[in-house]
Amino acid sequence: MASITPIDTPPASPAPPKPAKSTGRAGDKIFLGLSQGSGILLLLLMASIAVFLSYRAALAVSKDEGNFFTTFDWNPAGDPPVFGIAVLLFGTVVSSIIAMVIAVPIAVGIALFISHYAPRRLAAPLAYVVDLLAAVPSIIYGIWGALFLVPYLEGLNLWLDQFLGWTYIFEKTEVGVARSLFTVGILLAIMILPIVTSVSREVFLQVPKMNEEAALALGATRWEVIRLSVLPFGRSGVISASMLGLGRALGETMAVATVLSPSFLISMHVLNPGGGTFAQNIAAKFDEANQLGRDALIASGLVLFVLTLLVNGAARLIIARRKEYSGANA
Amino acid sequence: MTTTDTSVQEHPTPTPPANGTTLRSRSLPRWAPLAFAAVSIALGVGIGSAAGWESRIQWGLVSAILFVAISYAATTAVENERQAKDRLATSLVWVCFLLAIVPLASLIWTTVGRGAEVLDGYFLTHSMAGVLGTEPGGGVYHALIGTLEQVGIATVISAPIGLLTAVYLVEYGKGGLARAVTFFVDVMTGIPSIVAGLFILSIMLMAGLQPSGLMGSLALTILMIPVVVRSTEEMLKLVPNELREASLALGIPKWRTILKVVIPTAIGGITTGVMLAIARIAGETAPIMLLVFGAQLINPNPFEGAQSSLPFYIWEQYRIGSEASYDRAWAAALVLIVFVMLLNLVARGIARWKAPKTGR
Repeated sequence: MASITPIDTPPASPAPPKPAKSTGRAGDKIFLGLSQGSGILLLLLMASIAVFLSYRAALAVSKDEGNFFTTFDWNPAGDPPVFGIAVLLFGTVVSSIIAMVIAVPIAVGIALFISHYAPRRLAAPLAYVVDLLAAVPSIIYGIWGALFLVPYLEGLNLWLDQFLGWTYIFEKTEVGVARSLFTVGILLAIMILPIVTSVSREVFLQVPKMNEEAALALGATRWEVIRLSVLPFGRSGVISASMLGLGRALGETMAVATVLSPSFLISMHVLNPGGGTFAQNIAAKFDEANQLGRDALIASGLVLFVLTLLVNGAARLIIARRKEYSGANA
Repeated sequence: MTTTDTSVQEHPTPTPPANGTTLRSRSLPRWAPLAFAAVSIALGVGIGSAAGWESRIQWGLVSAILFVAISYAATTAVENERQAKDRLATSLVWVCFLLAIVPLASLIWTTVGRGAEVLDGYFLTHSMAGVLGTEPGGGVYHALIGTLEQVGIATVISAPIGLLTAVYLVEYGKGGLARAVTFFVDVMTGIPSIVAGLFILSIMLMAGLQPSGLMGSLALTILMIPVVVRSTEEMLKLVPNELREASLALGIPKWRTILKVVIPTAIGGITTGVMLAIARIAGETAPIMLLVFGAQLINPNPFEGAQSSLPFYIWEQYRIGSEASYDRAWAAALVLIVFVMLLNLVARGIARWKAPKTGR
């Protein structure tokens, strides 16, 4: 082999670019190696998360006697072991959708408030206050939700049942405290407000001033300025902000685990207590899980991982594409 | 009723001309929104107490709906359809903002109020050793130690990796690798904390490792790195290119330029980013629950044996479900929130104080 290298290198070395790129200083090479290495380390980390989770998940699913996707039960300790993610998938998606429906319009409103309505001197402190919502740890949202919000929502639940019960969704067929998917959705909405707000706000602030001033010059009211120049410009930004929020809501653990009273039933009556989400199920079942039980939970975690990966990836792609076309970042 | 009131009062007020509104036929006075707000809150409280609703949430909702409706109706009556739509949007935006402030205020109010009942010097300096979960007494000392150690280890691992990755992306990064790293850092920001916990758990299961503080730190590291990368990257991008060029023009190698010029210029922002990342992971419960298990006793060694941590302690006390344990949970929540908020405030203070001076 030693005989091959000296023959091989001289013709292969592309002479012009090499001296221009580096003067051969050792420090530069080491530093480049270190920083590039940590970048590669991150990619490896992501890959190994996928590989390790898939491996353990495959172990669990191969022992599952039920269908992993359609079984309405979680009993990996049973004989035969039966578990499936149908209820968890349903609960995760429903609670996140409720959160989105509540949070996105409000977040857009707050973002508009900070970018276009608030007195200029107040805008920065107000933005900071909204960011503080993001700094509160989720477990504190959890106990606040369970010990404070749940009793306070009783009245609202009665209302919804009374006035909107005919929609089926808001019909409350079981009595019991409001430890329901709906309450979880409200709590998740509060938790994802800051991220949706801050991303939307950034986009709204990037609207070319010319567009807004043109609209104002034509005699538009403030709302017409927003409708004609701000919202069309910010639409894709708001969409990706909402998807980032969705990603948060899907994976939220502690707030759901403290508030929800879980059950393995699928019910479209979102006010009824019961249901479950991936993360909540992992938190609740982990303590008593045996070896197979843990692998089963890892399998459900893998589904959650893929779900959040898709949602976040899509959101980032939308943001990235927007950057290229808008010219706002030029 | 309010509509007629305001429209009658609108004529004597001399303020509108200052606004240049004389060209318009009629307009509401500037204090009108405040009056609408006062009226609708009064009505909301009135209706609420008359109907005997327990929950203040309903009072607030009714007031908010009334506010929007009254503003719209009044503006339609006095001004015109376009102004009314504008007013509708304005009042909706205000209501949205208030809706966001209410939960934050309520949460902080509850935590401080309930937490202050138990929080004292004893609570901060004692563990739960020998205390029954349902009895009053005990404290968070063991959890505090656990949190500080786990977060400390996570910071020591992830700050250098995050910093170097950001340097790579800003100073060297071109082409496919850099794009891939950028994309996956973004995606990594969205990994749920419980999935990070499960990843370390699956490694533990295969390598036969026992739960310990270190395992929790590793999961926290996964959550922390992308946050550090993102914020450091933003800060490095703010460093003016002239500084780099000046240094390179003096014949200083690139790595020394980065170490001696670029990073010191951005150090304030980088510190802020790291502190905000610490504040974020300090409140993570899920990975700790899976990987550190939780202990009632003081275990100062993060490399061996179960530990506790503040957020996990709150979860544990909440699950016991007695009055005494709820009190402890709130007190620990207060400690955690103060810790996180202090980090946030100090971090933002540093950011403002040490902001790189771009331009003059």
